[in-house]
Amino acid sequence: MGLTSKLGNMGIVTTRLEDTVNWGRTNAMWPMLFGLACCAIEMMSTQAANYDLSRFGMELMRPSPRQSDLMIVAGRVTRKMAPVLRQLYDQMPEPKWVISMGDCASCGGVFNNYAIVQGVDEIVPVDVYVAGCPPRPEQLIHGIVTLHERIKQERIVDWA
Amino acid sequence: MTIMESRWEGNLEELRGLVSDRAMTGETMVLNMGPQHPSTHGVLRLMLELDGETIINCVPDIGYLHTGIEKNMEAKKYEQAITMTDRTDYLNPMGNNFAFCLAIEKLIDLDVPIRAQYLRVILAELTRINSHLVWLGTHALDIGAMSVFLYCFREREKLLDIFEIVSGQRMMSTYFRPGGLWRDVPDEFEPAVRDFLGYFPAKIDDYEKLLSNNPLWLDRTQGIGFISTEDAIRLGCSGPTLRGSDVNWDIRKALPYSSYDHFEFDVPLGKHGDVYDRYVIRMEEMRQSLHIVQQALDRLPGGPTRSNNRKYVPPPRAELGQSMEAVIHHFKLWTEGFRPPKGEVYVRLESPRGELGCFLASDGSPRPWRVRFRTPSFVHLSVLPHMSQGYMIADLVGIIGSIDIVLGDCDR
Repeated sequence: MGLTSKLGNMGIVTTRLEDTVNWGRTNAMWPMLFGLACCAIEMMSTQAANYDLSRFGMELMRPSPRQSDLMIVAGRVTRKMAPVLRQLYDQMPEPKWVISMGDCASCGGVFNNYAIVQGVDEIVPVDVYVAGCPPRPEQLIHGIVTLHERIKQERIVDWA
Repeated sequence: MTIMESRWEGNLEELRGLVSDRAMTGETMVLNMGPQHPSTHGVLRLMLELDGETIINCVPDIGYLHTGIEKNMEAKKYEQAITMTDRTDYLNPMGNNFAFCLAIEKLIDLDVPIRAQYLRVILAELTRINSHLVWLGTHALDIGAMSVFLYCFREREKLLDIFEIVSGQRMMSTYFRPGGLWRDVPDEFEPAVRDFLGYFPAKIDDYEKLLSNNPLWLDRTQGIGFISTEDAIRLGCSGPTLRGSDVNWDIRKALPYSSYDHFEFDVPLGKHGDVYDRYVIRMEEMRQSLHIVQQALDRLPGGPTRSNNRKYVPPPRAELGQSMEAVIHHFKLWTEGFRPPKGEVYVRLESPRGELGCFLASDGSPRPWRVRFRTPSFVHLSVLPHMSQGYMIADLVGIIGSIDIVLGDCDR
């Protein structure tokens, strides 16, 4: 949190509203429990004991889109799944972010064919792309930290 | 691209035939479950017809993960197509490599050195444990035992480390190639596997301590999702789902491939055909897999890990500087690929989920004319309505977990 000044030993700090809100948003992000394919297994690994996403305040995965603010698109999105994915995105309340996890979600990966949407950014706006097939848990964590950095740059004028 | 409207605007009349007549009058309720649901193990969608909380019928709607893998493989050379097989059943990548490689080897009658066969067995069995760990973690999570998931994934990381040692990738290893393996295993492989063999048995006991006598677990699993011996055979079950109904059919025993007949192991059988028996069988299978790995590692022979047939297998790098013929083979294999004879083959093996079959048709060109996988998840999903009718809606997630479906395997 961008600490501006500290008033003696009265236990009071002053900072900007933006910084406080952004700090809160980055440290209690609730991802949607939404796995599609292989990457979902690596997402579960990231969630589990060894990589422990709760270090980033993300141990609580919400199965309902209405309670979550981060969508991790983990896996290939088929044309049959695309409308469902868009509907889930629409059901998420603002502010919301999207991480495209893996090559398939980012660009179609090895599946350049009739069935797979060539990049999930065709249907939802993506904030961070994570490369890999599937990405290692460290890579996903790097993507999440990158998203945090991005959120910390947001200003009040952007919120409206 | 244009987005189709996803809201269903049909009426009950369209569902006639899928649901009972009672649904038409509003006596029973038609409920949608999925494709985004935490307990459907992926993107399975079920249409449930409920009488109160009792399931009258359940109709699976698949295809939300249809990737066109089989079609894509027709556009790739045989060696390239192996990378696609990893991504069908993503909990059993080495097993899928295995099936496809066995099909190619049967098609062109290619020899596989004994060391490669043993290493394949070791890796396939470790993959089976890997798959069962994910199954146990998610199955327990569905039924409400949260901590088992964390323990299972802790152990799974050790297996992924082993896969990374041999292939450089945690999940999508593409380590099996026609005629053997990509390369010999590095020196760290054997100590890592031995370390795991010493470490893991106590962990299986730990899981069983958490679950096997837990009254909540017993209430949620015993007598649920029953399928009789006759029905299990009639509806095409295989693997632990079939063995849970007391049918002694394990392809590793019945039709041994890749020197499985060199190893001693038991095939655990259930008596009741319910969710609990399938759980017990998979736990025991993990022990038996460890037993197979132990034997294979103790008796691991030396020698090459890939066939010497230069028409199908590229020469080792060292030969390229010395032999003109090796350069020609190298060039031919990596530009054009190999041309197997015309023909059709079907091979099957025991995947963690059941019988995984691979049908391969060749027209003599470097690309397969048709590849088809007979996948256990697809067959078991078609048995799901039969298994779940008459049970409570809360039991459904347990039943889905017990047949261990992977939607990537089902939809491909």
